[in-house]
This record gives sequence, C-alpha cells and structure tokens, in this order.
Amino acid sequence: MSQTLAQKILQRHTDEEIVSDGQIVNCRPDMVLAHDITGPLAIKAFKAMGATKVFDKDKIALVMDHFTPQKDIASANQVIISRVFAQEQQITHYYEGGDAGVEHTLLPEQGIVAPGDLVIGADSHTCTYGGIGAFATGMGSTDIAAGMALGENWFKVPATIRVNFEGQADKNLRAKDLILMLIGKIGVDGALYRALEFGGSVIDNLDVEGRLTMANMAIEAGGKAGLFACDDKTIAYCHAHNRPDINTKFAADPGCAYEQEITIDITGQGPVVACPHIPSNVKSVADLGDVPIQQVVIGSCTNGRFSDMKDAASILRGRKVKKGVRCIILPSTPTVWKQCLKEGLMEIFTDAGCIVGPCTCGPCLGGYMGILGDGERAVSTTNRNFRGRMGSLESEVYLANPLTAAASAVAGRIIGPDAL
Amino acid sequence: MLYKGTVHKVGDHIDTDAIIPAVYLVTGDPKILGAKCMAGLDPDWVKQVKPGDILVAGRNFGCGSSREHAPIAILGAGIPVVVGHSFARIVYRNASNTGLMLFELGDAVNDIQDGDTLEINTETGTITDVTSGKSWSCPPIPASMAAIVSKGGLVNYVKARLGAN
Repeated sequence: MSQTLAQKILQRHTDEEIVSDGQIVNCRPDMVLAHDITGPLAIKAFKAMGATKVFDKDKIALVMDHFTPQKDIASANQVIISRVFAQEQQITHYYEGGDAGVEHTLLPEQGIVAPGDLVIGADSHTCTYGGIGAFATGMGSTDIAAGMALGENWFKVPATIRVNFEGQADKNLRAKDLILMLIGKIGVDGALYRALEFGGSVIDNLDVEGRLTMANMAIEAGGKAGLFACDDKTIAYCHAHNRPDINTKFAADPGCAYEQEITIDITGQGPVVACPHIPSNVKSVADLGDVPIQQVVIGSCTNGRFSDMKDAASILRGRKVKKGVRCIILPSTPTVWKQCLKEGLMEIFTDAGCIVGPCTCGPCLGGYMGILGDGERAVSTTNRNFRGRMGSLESEVYLANPLTAAASAVAGRIIGPDAL
Repeated sequence: MLYKGTVHKVGDHIDTDAIIPAVYLVTGDPKILGAKCMAGLDPDWVKQVKPGDILVAGRNFGCGSSREHAPIAILGAGIPVVVGHSFARIVYRNASNTGLMLFELGDAVNDIQDGDTLEINTETGTITDVTSGKSWSCPPIPASMAAIVSKGGLVNYVKARLGAN
C-alpha cells in the first residue's frame, strides 16, 4: 500500500498492519512528554493506575517551562511534584531552572526527538516535531500517564490533507505567514481529526526551524499532526543537533491516498496577521489600517528559535521601541539565549529598549511575565489569540511573524517591516 | 445511565482558555477548577449552573490546549455531560478519560435552546429535548473508547492491564 507520512510512521510503531485511515492501532511511542502544568496530573493518574515504574526512564521528558521560573507558591508546588517523580523514577530528560527551555524548541534542539519518531505529549503543541518528520501529537495527562506506565497508547490512523505551497516568496514572508494563510483558508477545525502533510517547492526550500514553526500550529487548524518529509535539510539539522545517527531520508509514497489536496500560491503575498480572537481571522498586514499596540512578545514554541531572534534583531538594530510599548523578547532555550548573546543580539535588543527575559512560555498562555490589561493590545509571535489568552478578557492579541512583531514594536502600531 | 438537566448553551469554537484560563492551572482540584468553569467566556457564567445541568456546544468544542483541567473544570462545576455539534480531538479523549460524557450531535444542536430541559438515556440510546419534545438517537461511542469505558475509564483500564501482567 502506498503510504502517507502519517501511515508510514505509525506503522513503524505497531505490530498491527495499517490498511486504512480511521483504523485504531496500539502504538509504542519513542518519547512521552509532560510539563509543569500537565505533569502533576499525569503523575497523579500514573499512581492511581497502580503503576510503580515508568516503562523506560530514557523515553520520558518532563520540562518545567510554562510558569518557569516559578511564578508563585502554587506553581512552585506543582514543580516539586514533577521533580520528586523524576528523581524517584530516575527520568533522564528532566529539565528545570537553567536547564529548561520551551519544550518544543528544546527537544529537537537537544536531539531528544528525531525523524520517524512517534511522540506523545501532554501539550497540544507537541505536533511541532512534525517539522523534523516525527509523528507527534498532543494528548491529555491521563493518556500520557497510560503511555508512561505501559509504553503504548491507542491511535486512530488519521486521514491526511496534503498542503502544497508554491510560488515566489516575498522577502518578508516567513513560515508563520504560510501556516496562518492555511488556517485562514481552512479554519480552526479545517483539519479536525486529520493529519496535515506539507510539501511543494516553497516547503522544499524552507529551513527546518521554519518547518517546526509551521508544524507547531497544525493544532490551530484542529490537526492531529503537521508532517514534513525528512530530507537533506532535516538530516543536516539532526547532525547539527546531537543526532549524527540520523541518515535516512523518507517521504510519503507516490500515489498515497490523501483525503484532500490544497495548493496555496504565495506569489505576491506579503506578511499576514491573525486578528482577534481566533487564529483563522487572518488578514494581510498591509490591509489592517491603524491599530495601536501596547505590547509585543517575541518568543514561544512557535517563534522563539535563533532564526526568529535574528529576524527580530534585523529590524530592531539601531531603532527604538516606541514609548508606551513593552517589547518582551524570550529566547526559547538556554542555547538560543547564549547564541543571541554571543552574536551581539542582546545588545541590539537592549539598546532598542526591549525587555529580554528568561526561556519561558510565560505570556503566551497568559501565565505571567507580560500580561495584558483591560483594553490593551499585543502583537505576538505565539500561536493562540483566543479572547483573554494573554490576560484581560478585554485585551486583544494579533499573531504575527517576528519581523512584523519587531516592526510593530518600533512603530507602536501594527505594520509590516517594509513600512518602517 | 440517565442524565436530565437544564441546558446551558455556548457557541462555536469554545477553546480551553475560555473553559479554564491558564492562570487557574496551578491546581488539579475539581472544586477549585469548577468554580472557574468558563471564566474565560464570562467570569460569572458558572453561577447559573446547578449540579446535573447539561452543556450544549457548537462546533469544535474544546479546541486549543491539551489541558485536562478543562473537562475537570466542567465536571467540577457539576456538569456531567456535554452535547456538541463537534469536539476538538484532544478534549474528546480527555473527557472520556476523566469521566465527562460527550455526545456529538451535529446540526441537531441548533434545535436545542438555552434553558431547555434535556434528557439523555444511554440505555435506550436517546437524547430528548423535554421542552420541545424533539428526540434524537445517541451517537455511538467509538470502539476504541468503548473498551476503555467498559473498564471504568483509562485509569482502571491501565490498572487492570498492569495487574494482568
């Protein structure tokens, strides 16, 4: 049978033969993930299951990233639960404090997830690893507890929507714009229960960090996974990130059965934003009119990688953040942070009047470290703009690429980089 | 199983930040989370809810994050069942794992009004709007979940498997 990427990767992790989409199969994951919010619930369920030992201490990752550094007593107490569990179970991949970064940047960067892997995580943006050709999907804490105890879980083989991006890219168009354009086209439930598989000449030329950005937001279209083939770029990325063992390319088989194929021509398309309060409310930046802002956030599992920091710095170099705007820059891992320091980006950011913070999810989910007040408006490189997501129910979030976010910080209103 | 309660309707794409904002995710306690159920939609929403009431939702209910705190908050508010047009994938699994019953009813949810009395009989397999007299068949639970539900939820299912080993 000609296989989609989803079918191909799931097949490698089950003894049952996959013959069709919609089939339920038991699969063995390569990595089971939870963080400081979802981990404690998973640990509670693990214990309630009567489990005493995790299935494999090397195949579990616990990353304390959402409220790190611990924002209050309650969140500190939550971390204690994960820390004690990690110590008891001798979990290899436990990250806290200065080790920790935003999990979905950290795990591929450290080589903890790899192409062809099956990853389940108690975080909806687990789908990020599809950017390097892993079948990765979010589940809840109890499912993750089952995975930690048994080393397996059930999966419904998803139908696949193939999305091809073609055409000539504008110099300010980024991976974020591509995925927002797709979500704008198919809606926040356009890929519900399905896998998205990305291809086309634009994707062939896209760097791996950009692919991670796109896969990250598959869930914003309701997708179970966002998948990219493993090509020369993926192999080179793995070699540069602790995985010299990864050398085999793979892609969907020619003639495999897609439920739907979509082609998006990007020629002539400039950067876009997702307007409040839903990620599918996508408009061209150029069409927005005058939208004043009070906060900019550049970071997160969507756009907190070094390429994103470089984009932001290219705009902020020699410029100043507009008075009355707080521009918060959160490199998403300690490695990204250090590279920003080494290459002079921190000086650019601080000279521009940005606040450079720690590696945390913090403001993305309205946790802390950049919360919006009543009537405030933010441009953010994060992934969700639901009402109240970043603070007050009366606030607004516009999702954008790092170039647009940085330019908007300088202008004090939403503009594209060319309008500066 | 028989459920009977007053309907509280919500719209399409009710996300997990609406069901339980992230600021409250520093606990897993159903009572504390239940008191903030739908606080992202309206901080006072939960005040109208009585134990046993039924939530009726539009498309893609529970989209967004994987937080199991969402079904826990709904259960904690005293709501045992949600009837929706459709559900986001993760919340669908989370609900059955935590004991919140979900029924996917499609366009028929448009016929159910806020404040109606809804009756769900899982044995006869019917959902009845007592106020309007309209009635529908319960959509069946997927086979993969039925195995788990028959063991009394995922925690008990794993417990049984670990015991069997």
